[in-house]
Amino acid sequence: MTERLLEQVTACLAERVLDRHTRLGDVTVVVEADRIAEVLTLLRDDPGLRFNLLVDLTAVDYLKRKPRFEVVYHLASLETAARGRQPSGIRHRLRVKVGVSEDPCELPSCVGVWPAADWMEREVWDLYGVRFLGHPDLRRILLYEQFEGHPLRKDYPKERRQPLMGPRN
Amino acid sequence: MVDLVRPGLPFEGKRAKGDLHTDRQVLNLGPSHPATHGTVKIITELEGETIRAMDVQVGYLHRGFEKECESGTWYQAIPYTDRLNYNSAILSNLAFVMAVEKLLECEIPRRGQWVRVLGGELSRIGDHLTRLGAACLELGAMTPFLYGIEARELCWDLQENLCGARVTSNYIRIGGIQCDVPDGFVARCEDILRQIDALLVDFDRVVTRNRIFVDRFRNTGMMDAERLLQYGVTGPLLRAAGIACDLRKAEPYLVYDELDFDVPIGTVGDNYDRFLVVQEELHQAIRIVRQCLPVILGTRGEPVDVDDPHIRWPGKDRVFGRMEELIQQFKGVTEGIRVPAGEAYAAIESPNGELGFYVVSDGSGKPYKVRCRPPSFINLAPMSEMLNGGMLADLIPTFDMINMVGGECDR
Repeated sequence: MTERLLEQVTACLAERVLDRHTRLGDVTVVVEADRIAEVLTLLRDDPGLRFNLLVDLTAVDYLKRKPRFEVVYHLASLETAARGRQPSGIRHRLRVKVGVSEDPCELPSCVGVWPAADWMEREVWDLYGVRFLGHPDLRRILLYEQFEGHPLRKDYPKERRQPLMGPRN
Repeated sequence: MVDLVRPGLPFEGKRAKGDLHTDRQVLNLGPSHPATHGTVKIITELEGETIRAMDVQVGYLHRGFEKECESGTWYQAIPYTDRLNYNSAILSNLAFVMAVEKLLECEIPRRGQWVRVLGGELSRIGDHLTRLGAACLELGAMTPFLYGIEARELCWDLQENLCGARVTSNYIRIGGIQCDVPDGFVARCEDILRQIDALLVDFDRVVTRNRIFVDRFRNTGMMDAERLLQYGVTGPLLRAAGIACDLRKAEPYLVYDELDFDVPIGTVGDNYDRFLVVQEELHQAIRIVRQCLPVILGTRGEPVDVDDPHIRWPGKDRVFGRMEELIQQFKGVTEGIRVPAGEAYAAIESPNGELGFYVVSDGSGKPYKVRCRPPSFINLAPMSEMLNGGMLADLIPTFDMINMVGGECDR
């Protein structure tokens, strides 16, 4: 089943797929960072795939690799049409990965594809310092504006102290 | 006509003729507001009492969970997962452990799976009771809150009996569970479930058809299924809008495909539907626990952990008497387990929706990356849209039904 899904995804994305594999039942495709919004739109609108749910968006910092960062999207295709009293199933899941270099550390935003990406991209910006171009409101979300650095980067020491902020007035 | 100008504030807005002036006003709720549980700051822009814009600011409980996981062994991350959704700690343990087990490609024995389901569903009961009870309290209804909390206390007594802790259970282990079900647990569980049932009847009588309660919940905080999906919302919020998606049915894990339970759905997706869905799920969770009990009684003595000292070290009964097992336990505790390099994503149905973990291992004894897909963070994002154009008073029931849990949302 995973092989068939991989074939379907490859047919849908054609030359946009840089790498693909299936491991432990998870189907993964790697695409170019510049085309991520286009790829996600294709996956969402393809009648055979219908990935209607952006489950998760995160990044991984591979400090020694090039490109340094990997932004990871988890998608799912959920049955929405009611089938009598049957519960809806999940048709399939897919992991999409893109490599993002350290400088410039940016890629197109996919808020236009799924509004769910709004907060998730803000979190990745906050913790990894990956900038999403075209995001309507790219502010820090979990940390405060005066925080220095991006703590989930591997070169951010866990013990580092941050300036303490008092009340604003 | 007298011009009403608020003292101390320069007047900037338009003045309606023959009426009170209607310039917008910014109201700041939180970070610690008595009518919300959880630390979150909600900045609302009001026109009269109508919400026109809202900015939800989370992060007050950020402890750097994901960063902290990267510096310990795989086992040392499990107690941190307790502190994610502290109302249903066992389920948070379970989600993380299932992702690691996917990397290890190990499957635990049948009895272990049944005990995991039992612990998980007890956790779900506790979480749903907190959500329903707190929702009533924040609308000013103290009595149903006390019924709910009394039932939760009973449920937590059971959890304490099971794993020694009421809240931060730390019960699930990679390749098994902390310890088997104690003697006399099944009889005690049956007794407590009867008491919880009785309390739920009282709760239902006081709240569900109460006029004030229904007026505050019905037709507030509505959002249709299609929009919820675009926002990535899962769990009771999505089911209340009519999509019967429950991972326990959609992608059955553990022994859920052998259990008999229903997935309740709502029709319009307002707060009242959400309340009814959660209430019914509570009954379904009790139903699942009741189905687990005979199996647990019947499989007494069977193993609960995988028989592999590289994943789950041997129990104390063997460690204290034998040399080889002592060494295995020593190495397991001090060095941790070796998880093969790779990445895996596993998800379970938590009380708030899909709770997933994306873990990356580089083959050393420490996690390279642990990502928690927090349902309450993702479910909170569309709140400003749900409430746009609604009344300020609608914010409280909507926030309660979203059930943002600070520990999980902010990590």
